[in-house]
Amino acid sequence: MIERDGEQSGWFSRLKRGLGKSAGALSEGITGILTKRRLDSDSLEALEELLIASDLGVSLAARMTAELGRSRLDGEITSEEVRRILAREIARILQPVAIPFEADASRKPYVALVVGVNGTGKTTTVGKLAHGFRRRGCATIIAAGDTFRAAAIEQIQIWGERSGAEVIAREPGADAAGLTHDAFRRARSRSADVLLIDTAGRLHNRSDLMAELEKIVRVLGKLDNSAPHSVLLVLDATTGQNALRQVEVFRKICGVTGLVMTKLDGTAKGGVLVACAEKFGLPVHAIGVGEGIEDLQPFDAERFAEALVGLG
Amino acid sequence: MFDSLTERLGGVFENLKRRGALSESDVDAALREVRVALLEADVALPVVKSFIDGVRDRAVGAEVLRSVSPAQMVVKIVHDHLIEVLGPETADVEFHAAAPAAVLIVGLQGSGKTTTAAKIGSWLTGRRKKKVLMASLDTRRPAAQEQLRVLGEQAGVATLPIVPGQMPEDIARRAMSAGRLRGCDVVLLDTAGRLHVDEALMAEIAAIRHATDPAEVLLVADSLTGQDAVGVAERFKERVGMTGIVLTRADGDARGGAALSMRAATGCPIKLLGTGESIDALEVFHPDRIASRILGMGDVVGLVERATETVEREEAARLEEKVRKGAFDLDDLAGQLRQIRRMGGMDGIMGMLPGVGKVKRQLADARVDEGLLRRQEAIIQSMTPRERRNARLLNASRKRRVAKGSGTTVQDVNRLLKQFKQMSSMMKKVNKMGNRGLMRHGLPGLPMR
Repeated sequence: MIERDGEQSGWFSRLKRGLGKSAGALSEGITGILTKRRLDSDSLEALEELLIASDLGVSLAARMTAELGRSRLDGEITSEEVRRILAREIARILQPVAIPFEADASRKPYVALVVGVNGTGKTTTVGKLAHGFRRRGCATIIAAGDTFRAAAIEQIQIWGERSGAEVIAREPGADAAGLTHDAFRRARSRSADVLLIDTAGRLHNRSDLMAELEKIVRVLGKLDNSAPHSVLLVLDATTGQNALRQVEVFRKICGVTGLVMTKLDGTAKGGVLVACAEKFGLPVHAIGVGEGIEDLQPFDAERFAEALVGLG
Repeated sequence: MFDSLTERLGGVFENLKRRGALSESDVDAALREVRVALLEADVALPVVKSFIDGVRDRAVGAEVLRSVSPAQMVVKIVHDHLIEVLGPETADVEFHAAAPAAVLIVGLQGSGKTTTAAKIGSWLTGRRKKKVLMASLDTRRPAAQEQLRVLGEQAGVATLPIVPGQMPEDIARRAMSAGRLRGCDVVLLDTAGRLHVDEALMAEIAAIRHATDPAEVLLVADSLTGQDAVGVAERFKERVGMTGIVLTRADGDARGGAALSMRAATGCPIKLLGTGESIDALEVFHPDRIASRILGMGDVVGLVERATETVEREEAARLEEKVRKGAFDLDDLAGQLRQIRRMGGMDGIMGMLPGVGKVKRQLADARVDEGLLRRQEAIIQSMTPRERRNARLLNASRKRRVAKGSGTTVQDVNRLLKQFKQMSSMMKKVNKMGNRGLMRHGLPGLPMR
């Protein structure tokens, strides 16, 4: 930027503060690029890079920018308008996948398996989901399927207490598939409405651990050939392009039916979810926005898109 | 972790290798590919830009165009830049403070802090012969303190008794005085996961830092992190002033751009890598080796070093010798299979060999697991010593006998023999690489004859 006197820069920073209230890197960036209010190829390139910076991915960012360029190149346009157009475009991709998570009441128990790589927030998500089902009056049972990580069982038991769901657990190191079997029988005998199965975190490239997950699915299928009724993959919003690979592999191995994205209360925008929606079209059921029991919200395509570009 | 990037750059430079001389536009074309590869690898934009600019400045010029093998020169320049970005030196964990030295472990939720704390505790106790006390200051996540206690028990590292309801800063003070009383060298303080924008929690950690005056503040970050990596690292540096970075889940298949980004953005060295779920899956970070790995030259030094730690020294020397000579029989393979199991499985070891990204993926797709390794050992053990020395002896009837003896099928035996063949030829390739080509340009990371 050209150096100006104090008054000028004061005016500029005021303007910037006013426009960039949402404070996302992307929104600030777009404002910066379009102060001249013309969308030329330079500013389009910068736009593309800013979309990349919110983890949208190179190819998707390039395509969206190109589309924007075709319709508005060399015209006068405000930064607000650019954001609206981008948000609309992103929301258009996300709209079809924004499907709330609901248990089919005709299934008793409705079995939901929760999977993902380590540290994405599976156990916390299971706790929040259990709370949601309990509040709607569903008899809910949690299977403490993470028998590997130290104290994971204690952690889920605390969530069980908080939500009022019964927790079925075995000793640490126990076979997760065996535990799943027990939990399902228990849920059936108590005629529970929902069975939520927590699992140990696993990297999708560990074929031995993925085979273990396959076994859990197989065991469930033997007990009830329609189970698991849903398989939720928990994605961390800070994850970059590797999320695509996670969806691909988990879907192949255990038939993921829907996604939950956690940690959207940070600065990560989770742009990779847009790429996932485009590539796989899997429902996005909910987003995690904090550590509290209520901090699981249904996925709202428009709001997510607006937040991604720094609107609203 | 860096395999995909390796493959990508390998493809780019293969195209360059097929040409005799390089024009400016060739370099630009290659660098465009490198740029996309780095962005897809989640390297942060500003880091990618300066990286590409730096490479271009040096690549487009007389030096490259007059070189006998221009592609090799470009590879070297990219390699040198990677080392520059990753940091020129191997940075070790430091304890220059008076004992007990506090080591503070910080990071976002779910980055792997507690597991890393236990790994570091075990590593310091076992390999560095330090007396260690671990304490969890995580009063937020349910059962977090219990998790560290259990891990400490498993790893044989003492943990501070849990006092319910105590505040993090008070736990930290108690841990320090307990460490002093017990005569500990190091007190490891595991903290609660926190968002870098959570002012209250960042202030809490700054207070803990002030109270304990740690010798090291390690930021634990996930290798799978995307573009947010720079913001997170910068903010933690600004508020807590970390002294190093530990990258977890380096055994995943993420392209690992976060490593480049965080190093470049903060200047903080990456000190350790978490490479698996077992308690000893922790490695010292060697920037030069990782840079070589990115460029597909493998991490043969790392392989040898890891081998010496789990296997006896002479055996490691033998292994290195065998790898170099490519003279390798089924007896050796059986020995290797056993060691591979101890060294963290096939994935761990294959990732360190040059140019095996593709093979590794095929193996992963073919589900090479621990059980398979054990079965393969059984197959070899069912062979006669002569057969083990000369695999060509194995005709159909002998294969049937071996399959029967090991409780497998003839197909399994054939598969093992095929894999053995591939492995021997791969090792010959490693051998050739050590003698010619890139070595002449003074690239580190491969053993010299």
